[in-house]
Amino acid sequence: MTVPQASCRRAVVIGVGNEFRRDDAAGPAVVAVLARQVPAGVTLAVNDGEPARMIEAWAGLPLAIVVDAVRAEPAVPGRLHRLVLDHPAIGVGGPVSSHGLGLDDAVGLGRALDRMPGRLIVHAVEAGDLGQGAGLTPAVAAVIDTLAAAVLRDLRSQRSA
Amino acid sequence: MTHRRDRTLVARGLARVEGEGAMYVLVTDGRVAEVRLDIYEPPRFFEAFLRGRAFTEPPDITARVCGICPVAYQTSACRAIEDACGAELDGPLADLRRLLYCGEWIGSHALHIYMLHAPDFLGYPGIVEMAAEHREVVERGLALRSAGNAIMELLGGRSIHPVNVRVGGFYRAPSRGELAPLARQLRGALPLALDTVRWVAGFDFPDFTCPHELLALADPGRYPIERGTVATSGGLAFAAAEFEQHVVEEQVPHSTALHARLTGNGLDASGRYLTGPLARYTLNSGSLPPLAAHAAAEAGLGPECRNPFRSIIVRAVEIVCAIEEALRLIEDYRPPARPAVAVTARAATGYGVSEAPRGVLYHRYEIHADGTIASARIVPPTSQNQRAIEDDLRRFVADRLDFDDERLTGACEQAIRNYDPCISCATHFLDLRIDRR
Repeated sequence: MTVPQASCRRAVVIGVGNEFRRDDAAGPAVVAVLARQVPAGVTLAVNDGEPARMIEAWAGLPLAIVVDAVRAEPAVPGRLHRLVLDHPAIGVGGPVSSHGLGLDDAVGLGRALDRMPGRLIVHAVEAGDLGQGAGLTPAVAAVIDTLAAAVLRDLRSQRSA
Repeated sequence: MTHRRDRTLVARGLARVEGEGAMYVLVTDGRVAEVRLDIYEPPRFFEAFLRGRAFTEPPDITARVCGICPVAYQTSACRAIEDACGAELDGPLADLRRLLYCGEWIGSHALHIYMLHAPDFLGYPGIVEMAAEHREVVERGLALRSAGNAIMELLGGRSIHPVNVRVGGFYRAPSRGELAPLARQLRGALPLALDTVRWVAGFDFPDFTCPHELLALADPGRYPIERGTVATSGGLAFAAAEFEQHVVEEQVPHSTALHARLTGNGLDASGRYLTGPLARYTLNSGSLPPLAAHAAAEAGLGPECRNPFRSIIVRAVEIVCAIEEALRLIEDYRPPARPAVAVTARAATGYGVSEAPRGVLYHRYEIHADGTIASARIVPPTSQNQRAIEDDLRRFVADRLDFDDERLTGACEQAIRNYDPCISCATHFLDLRIDRR
């Protein structure tokens, strides 16, 4: 994890996923692309989506951006979704995380404990394969740079806001 | 209440277990005919993936099997490879390995107690609803988890899938000064851990006894965590190298995870056995450090605990144990001359066991002379426990057939959570189904 000085932290980008579960690695892949591109004051993190870790990563920050692979039925592998929760007061609807305790649990717990970021943006990509194995499917691999660019846009627009 | 004598209940997508699974219960003519824990595992991907890789790679690769217990995978892998190569850690390096493992126990047990299991006892559907009414309690759980993660971050480089572990030790050993803030955080966490024991000891527990053989590590003079030999409640005792002579894994039609069976003279022909906190505690309660032993006694745990519902108390006691041990290890720590011992590959087979939070985790590696892995074998705790869990559920359901389907399904899910099954480790993506015919 890249951790700027606490005093100047203004945002975190969290790539959620497991690199040995095929498209579940989309979140970490986006974080890898962003490693040398994020503006000052932005923390990059990779984790498994477990709520306590999510809350710890985003608590008190003006902005948190979560990048995660999601299951959808029917799925269009590589299709992107962007959800924005300003002063998050409602749970995350729509696509669900590929993990047992999901983002909705993290948001629910963060709200109950007053540990939400000022703004939460979720970039989700529909997965084609969440089975065992390394490597993204072509449809998901093809949108990693697009996702990274979308995250950078969100970071820049937050800075200029 | 239902008066049907035949029914089928299915719980798909078991909630609040690590991973996904399903349970199927068939009730025919008012009797439990069948209970299955269905686990769908793409066959042993990691074992196949390791073949041909360098002997130094398993700690990093197998750590990815599970986000909750990566240190267990790293440790069992390191121990097996070091065993094959004739290397052994001693002094501060061995202590650092135990310290890192304490971090994983604290974090994993705090997660299970507070986020997965306690809501069952307090009547909440989940942690979010519990947090709304018991904020201070949930904050305490998060603080404990944070203390565990702090150990993992300092020694492992990060709390998930640590990167500082290598065969022979670590890439970098901390200074005493670096451990000082950690000790402060752990000293602050200790009263929270003791409060946790008192809190969970006050829950209502159904009367239930698991009669199975219990299997855990034994490490003379101390509570087993990162090393030990294997022992059972029936008196079996063997080294890691003999594990596969005593534990036989078999395919079962309803699961892609292998089911383990314990073999030996005088054992139940079913081969059912249980590993994990109940087994660890029952076989080693006399080796708990003082504060943990006192907390266990205060909580009403005798020298044995065979009620799976009370495993939540054992986990809480083990958090105290892990914090106490961590503080002792930090106090005694003197930085090693080098962060790792040299490990040279040779053609050999090595065996490693350690006590993952959910039970004994066994690794075996066959290494070629050029240092590549010829074969790998990993036996996680959950696949060892599946037969015992199914048998316990069969008896649990038989005593509750007067429950309606929804209540019975919920009770079964809670019963499964007693074992903290790490389906992510044993398998992936498991669903509860109860048939009444």
